[in-house]
Amino acid sequence: MELTILFSALVLAGFLLGIHLMQSPRTALWGNRLGALSMMVAVIWAFLAADGGDGRLFYVLIFAGLGAAGGIALGQTVRMIHMPQTVALLNGLGGASSALVAWAVVLTYTGEGAGMLFWATSGLAVAVGSLTLGGSFIAVAKLQGLVFQQPIQVKDHGYILRLLILACAFFIALNMAFLGLYSSSYVPLIALLGLLSGVFMALRIGGADMPIVISLLNSFSGVAASVTGLVVENLILTGTGALVGVAGLILTRIMCRAMNRSLVAVLTGFIPRARTAVSTGQQEEERAFPKDEVEDIESPGHPIGEEAAEEAEGEKGKLIEGERPGEPAAVGDAAEETAEPPAETPAETVEERRISEADLPALLQEAARVIIVPGYGMAVAQAQQAVRQLIDALEQHGKEVKIAIHPVAGRMPGHMNVLLAEVGIDYEKLLDMDAVNPLFASADLAIIVGACDVVNPSANQEEGTPISGMPIINAEQAKHVIVCNLDDSPGYSGVENLLYRQPHVVTLWGDAAETVPRLTALLEENQTSTD
Amino acid sequence: MLPALLIILVASALLGYRVISAVPPLLHTPLMSGMNALSGINVIGAVAVFATVPEGSGGWAAAALVLASVNVFGGFWVTERMLRMFHGKERESEVEEAPWN
Repeated sequence: MELTILFSALVLAGFLLGIHLMQSPRTALWGNRLGALSMMVAVIWAFLAADGGDGRLFYVLIFAGLGAAGGIALGQTVRMIHMPQTVALLNGLGGASSALVAWAVVLTYTGEGAGMLFWATSGLAVAVGSLTLGGSFIAVAKLQGLVFQQPIQVKDHGYILRLLILACAFFIALNMAFLGLYSSSYVPLIALLGLLSGVFMALRIGGADMPIVISLLNSFSGVAASVTGLVVENLILTGTGALVGVAGLILTRIMCRAMNRSLVAVLTGFIPRARTAVSTGQQEEERAFPKDEVEDIESPGHPIGEEAAEEAEGEKGKLIEGERPGEPAAVGDAAEETAEPPAETPAETVEERRISEADLPALLQEAARVIIVPGYGMAVAQAQQAVRQLIDALEQHGKEVKIAIHPVAGRMPGHMNVLLAEVGIDYEKLLDMDAVNPLFASADLAIIVGACDVVNPSANQEEGTPISGMPIINAEQAKHVIVCNLDDSPGYSGVENLLYRQPHVVTLWGDAAETVPRLTALLEENQTSTD
Repeated sequence: MLPALLIILVASALLGYRVISAVPPLLHTPLMSGMNALSGINVIGAVAVFATVPEGSGGWAAAALVLASVNVFGGFWVTERMLRMFHGKERESEVEEAPWN
């Protein structure tokens, strides 16, 4: 017993130290290897402890070998843009294996010698595990594009979801009350209800909300493992499951903050995507079906009510012209300034003219400090390599380049960093939102590539929009801004991007894989002409 | 056994919270795939169950074993691949990327 506790604590310490090493990209690789080593030790130990000498464990090697082959094939071949569905898939498998272990244990019990606690935990493990599987299944299908990316909502969706979860809890309680007397019929029922709950939970979530769902399911897979650990009375399983559960929760919270959602709302199944987008104070637009970001980027169509929006935007545009672009104003100040009448700085309004594409060579030439803001649109356009070439070119011309990463720039936490690291962009240039925002005031140029909502000043300048209060990248504060988005349609939130109409912003609509190289070419030409 | 289980549960959660909170957003994707690998810890549960269930009814445990092994190997493998990208070429100088201002 003491030996077991000591050994388990050692393995868990190995995992913790491994995660600790992940605090820096320099040591992270060793952290991962330490984790793998600890896992190997734990498995070998479990194997030796379980060996009854009847040769049955030979089959363990076969099954584990099968899984290992599948896992390595997956790990080796998956592309970085597909990491979200890979993680979602592994979340699901983790949940499924927890449920199966708990289920297998239940099968071997005949109702004798097991207390209420056992039936409570085993039911819970099966429920959470299958919920994770169901939710992940839908998440993978959506991310992989197998089903509609749009949220799918049936009538009384939230009601059905709550009913399913309640029914699941009811049968767990019933199974507990009968001390597993009818577990052979209750446990499959619990699994089915859990599975359906997961499916219903994930169905109504759209593509851009995936970071939250993936993080949450990651957490659930950990919780399932932890509860399974209680069922089979295994310290390592319980502790490791808790680690995974906590990690998922932390990431879920970060994602919720970055997307302006409350965790409670997500947990109870409320993800109100269909809401009223208020783009100016007086103009309101109903969006019953929010468009997915990917859809936005791929479809050239413009949103309905474009003209009305433009009209209203005109006023807003005038309002903003009064504000000197690039003025190093704090976020709160910027919001106040736009609210004030434009008469405040009349002299500058006269000087100000809208910069256009003709100014691009000069802008690129003169900028000394450049910040690039990539969004998921960049990944959709497969423009990572083009962005890298642009960065290289800018640096060759002696410019300082930073890259601003919004927490939800990709489809999962940290996704954008991985996509950029894949094309060999130095991770030291990748700055988090909090680190990069103060730099915009002194930046000469911000280049936005496939990002919309995360740079929309509406978030901190307007009340009542879906993104109001959402932390954004303050690209607006740069002296000049170049936007390389597909078109001027709003992002996932459906809120018109105020940035596009500001006088210090040039917009280059089109495929980022073509527009970004154009910037690079302009820069190169410029250089040869001035030499 | 129950007190030990609960102590381990709480201690792991608390220590985990501290350690995981310190992982920078830069590495959140590798962190998640690493966590996927850790949730493959179900392997040890599956092995234990597989050894004890009556002969011929180890189907569930066998399935759990296969799935959990996919997690372990897939998770660690893809994390390794990703972190290598971050490792990249050797840095020439550490202070090159000084903050502005």
